[in-house]
Amino acid sequence: MLDQHLAALPILLPLIAAPITLLLGRSLFAWVFATAISAIACYFSWLLLSAALTESVLSYAVGGWPAPWGIELRVDAANAFVLLAVSALSTLVLIYSKDSIEKEIEPSKHTLYYTAHMLCFAGLSGILLTGDAFNLFVFLEVSSLATYTLVSLGSDRRCLTAAFRYLVMGTIGATFILIGVGMLYMNTGTLNMLDLAHRIDIYESNRTINTGLAFIMVGVSIKLALFPLHMWLPAAYTHAPSAVTAFLASTATKVAFYVMIRFIFTIFGLNYVFDEMGMDLILMVLAIVAIFKCSYMATVQSNVKTVLAYSSVAQIGYMILGISLGSVTGLMAGLIHIFNHALMKGALFMAVGAVFYRVGSVDINAFKGLGKQMPLTMAAFTIAGLSIIGVPLTVGFISKWYLVTAALEQQHWILAALVLAGSLLAVIYIGRVIEAAYFQKPPATQDSKQVKEAPWLMLAPMWALVLANIYFGVDTSLTTEAARSASEWLFQTSTIAATSSAEVPQ
Amino acid sequence: MNFILDYYNYWIVVFLMMTGFYIVISANNLIKKIVGLNVFQTSVFMLYISMGKVNGGTAPILVDGVTLYSNPLPHVLILTAIVVGVATTSVGLALIIRIKRAYGTVEENEFEKQDDAI
Repeated sequence: MLDQHLAALPILLPLIAAPITLLLGRSLFAWVFATAISAIACYFSWLLLSAALTESVLSYAVGGWPAPWGIELRVDAANAFVLLAVSALSTLVLIYSKDSIEKEIEPSKHTLYYTAHMLCFAGLSGILLTGDAFNLFVFLEVSSLATYTLVSLGSDRRCLTAAFRYLVMGTIGATFILIGVGMLYMNTGTLNMLDLAHRIDIYESNRTINTGLAFIMVGVSIKLALFPLHMWLPAAYTHAPSAVTAFLASTATKVAFYVMIRFIFTIFGLNYVFDEMGMDLILMVLAIVAIFKCSYMATVQSNVKTVLAYSSVAQIGYMILGISLGSVTGLMAGLIHIFNHALMKGALFMAVGAVFYRVGSVDINAFKGLGKQMPLTMAAFTIAGLSIIGVPLTVGFISKWYLVTAALEQQHWILAALVLAGSLLAVIYIGRVIEAAYFQKPPATQDSKQVKEAPWLMLAPMWALVLANIYFGVDTSLTTEAARSASEWLFQTSTIAATSSAEVPQ
Repeated sequence: MNFILDYYNYWIVVFLMMTGFYIVISANNLIKKIVGLNVFQTSVFMLYISMGKVNGGTAPILVDGVTLYSNPLPHVLILTAIVVGVATTSVGLALIIRIKRAYGTVEENEFEKQDDAI
């Protein structure tokens, strides 16, 4: 019974839990309940990943309607891998948020926070697991609407305008995806992803499908904050409560990145998108500009949350660069970086949230002298920061290693050099914060006795992520194995679609 | 000429889409932005609905003697998309109410000025 419906559980559990969380009423109950549900969902996604790695693909017909007609949930190595990262981060952030939101969200809104978090988690799992293009749009909107409310829970009134801008941009992005899916449906008469892939392949590429691709790519790029369309992200991440930022930075844009992979590799097929339409060059140029422009922007900000937000946009550039290479190793680098970036950005934003909890500010001046006052928090920040830079023995190194390998495989020497040069900018923006924390004296006005180490409920999930940063930087068997089988699987489906046009069901 | 007449539904959709998009980008008032967003979304709904029409087909209800039906699937999809649109609008309006309380205005340039003053 449980085995049979395993694929649906990571969506259903949080979705059913959301209204129950709201009914629990008290902050403490809601926290315990939401964390427990999230942990169970995390366990299920672990089971799904191990099943996907052995059986390669699991298909689940929602409501018992078979695939081309009903909605299908398809679990393969790629989405099970991302789902594990998302559900693990959701659990850790929930543990962390109990203390964190006390300072940043009004007590009357605590249960609403947990409810919105559960809805967002349900939407993200839905996006990852669904095998139906329209269903993907619906889950995208479920998670996005929850995200807008989460951002607007911040204590600063600027969070409201940030949330509103995010809402306008996000809705335009989602509507673009809706138009694109409509174009595809108009031409092929199906919404199931595998069916779409087969039919797009047998029809001569025509203007309707080309337009559909363009709309979908722009829509997804807004959602994942690809360089020129990233303007909503820094404001939203800066003014949202720290726990929300930690969750969004490590999951929401990554899931949108997965959607892009899904559309390029599974639905449209690599040959069509990259060779015929030349998307690889567009993505590559945008990715490189994102890495440099946004890393530079990160070095000149004074708010540390804004620094990390711009750094997120730059990191998304690395992921896009990975897929734009159009090779198994490149895609693998992108997928590994989804997981690894979730670990490091989660830890960094948690550390910044802990500083806000004790000091009440996240300006870079507030970090002065914190190396002595909050040693554990700042140590976590330093290690996760080294990981962003890509120092060996951290996960960041693994991501950069595969990215550079992928670039060198195709003799792109300049790209490899640019990736390494981008890391130097990371040294500057992370270095500024570390310098303030360890080598500068706290401002005289501040009562230094007041500032002490963050509570252990905040430290525990933060350090869990930091240790994961080191563990997966040393023992890479799980991440590389999952990412390799995921990217090989995606490449296989992409080429199967290109060769098996004869046996397509009509 | 036929090119215009034959595809009149698409021309209407494109016109509405661009109107809505322009309002979203250019409007200073947040309520107007939401209105623009609604026009934009509605144009996409019309795109879906009109593509489900089969020439000479009737409404997709099982009746004796009729074999040609319009495609009901786009209608069902758009029913979902309308619900999504309503939810988005309500979240947007709720945010506008809170912005009005916090800033005393819903004009974008005015609250930007207040933020810059800090």
